[in-house]
Amino acid sequence: MDWSDEGFVLGSRPHGEGAAVVQLLTAEHGRHAGLLHGATSRSKRGLTEPGTRVQATWRARLAEHLGTYGLEVERSYAAGLMDDPLRLAGLSAVCSMAELALPEREPHRALFEGLSALLDAMAVDDEADVWPGIYVRWELGLLTELGFGLDLNSCAATGRNDMLAYVSPRSGRAVSLSAGEAYRDKLLTLPGFLVGQGRADSQGVRDGLRLTGYFLQQHVFGPLDRPLPAARERLGAQLGEGGSLGRIHDGQ
Amino acid sequence: MAAREIEHLIELLAKLPGLGPRSARRAALHLIRKRSRLMAPLAAAMTRAAEAITTCTTCGNVDTSDPCAVCADPERDDSLLCVVEEVADLWALERTGSFRGRYHVLGGTLSALDGVGPEDLRINGLVARAGAPAVQEIILATNATVAGQTTAHYITERLQHCRVQVSRLAHGVPVGGELDYLDDGTLTAALRARRPT
Repeated sequence: MDWSDEGFVLGSRPHGEGAAVVQLLTAEHGRHAGLLHGATSRSKRGLTEPGTRVQATWRARLAEHLGTYGLEVERSYAAGLMDDPLRLAGLSAVCSMAELALPEREPHRALFEGLSALLDAMAVDDEADVWPGIYVRWELGLLTELGFGLDLNSCAATGRNDMLAYVSPRSGRAVSLSAGEAYRDKLLTLPGFLVGQGRADSQGVRDGLRLTGYFLQQHVFGPLDRPLPAARERLGAQLGEGGSLGRIHDGQ
Repeated sequence: MAAREIEHLIELLAKLPGLGPRSARRAALHLIRKRSRLMAPLAAAMTRAAEAITTCTTCGNVDTSDPCAVCADPERDDSLLCVVEEVADLWALERTGSFRGRYHVLGGTLSALDGVGPEDLRINGLVARAGAPAVQEIILATNATVAGQTTAHYITERLQHCRVQVSRLAHGVPVGGELDYLDDGTLTAALRARRPT
């Protein structure tokens, strides 16, 4: 059996002398692995870099087999991001999150489209970086797709949707400023840009990463008995206090 | 059916890179045919190498002495330190004959999927060496891959407090390369790294 689909390379592992097992996030087939013959050859080496957008053809005798990939590059994002430590950390983080958190062969079209938008935003060499905000939204989408979506529509205590400022770490529901004020030390901060208030400034991105990181650890990586991927931790550190956040302009 | 010793030899040869069971069988037969001229000297050379080869505690290179020949060479430039991922990269740079400084072998790259963190690489040793007064420039010669460049950025951050200049290898058009056949990524990198003539 065989299929053709578009996808993004999430990572690859060498297999045997010249082949590699490549993990793709495809539009219709979700995270899907396959063997790429000659992956270490000069012509194919660049193909397996994380973030490369490819047109993939997968073939196997039976559906449950690993199968082999035929890949053709549509766009290579990694090369343009290599000089920028923050963007490169973002690329590594999103690819390792998708590879480690998503179940295999389960279609997640929204995450595929989200990854596409994120990489397009990363590729734009703009002073007012918007990609960290998109990254936080992508992780929120990841939680939703995995069945642990946060309810940010209305306050868990009052039922109203004005001035939502916190998220309950227990229920994953939003809490308004007035209702949550007394418990602010126990609640997670909800950045305004996630509920349509303002743009993703540096503090908002930090709060957003803390928010998604908490729930991803709690519901996705905790049960697997592993920490968040090291690349995600590095991105958090770089975007955090004292990190190299100079390129995200506050208040824009 | 071959004798057990020959089967064992074939099994071991088949573990070498580039050799499968069939080619290992051919190699074993070749060695047996040239027993005195090739097999015995090869066995002796391998025994000697296995006993003598050690990893240099200064730079991570493999040699028969510690410190290795590169670290012990008084003619080399102490002010330049070239950081590479693996020993094979050090050998590649040595083949060019164009670098006369010292090396530091990391032993791999940071990798979230394989669980390789900074403590698994020789990064602390590099920071310690960078603090030496003689060192003026550190050249990051990691591969032009996401993992290689992520490692390079991490090292740059760790070296921020050292008074050394940090540079990295250029990325772009290889010698003999035709633009028409280059991939988009390399062309993009070459355009970004263009310089006035």
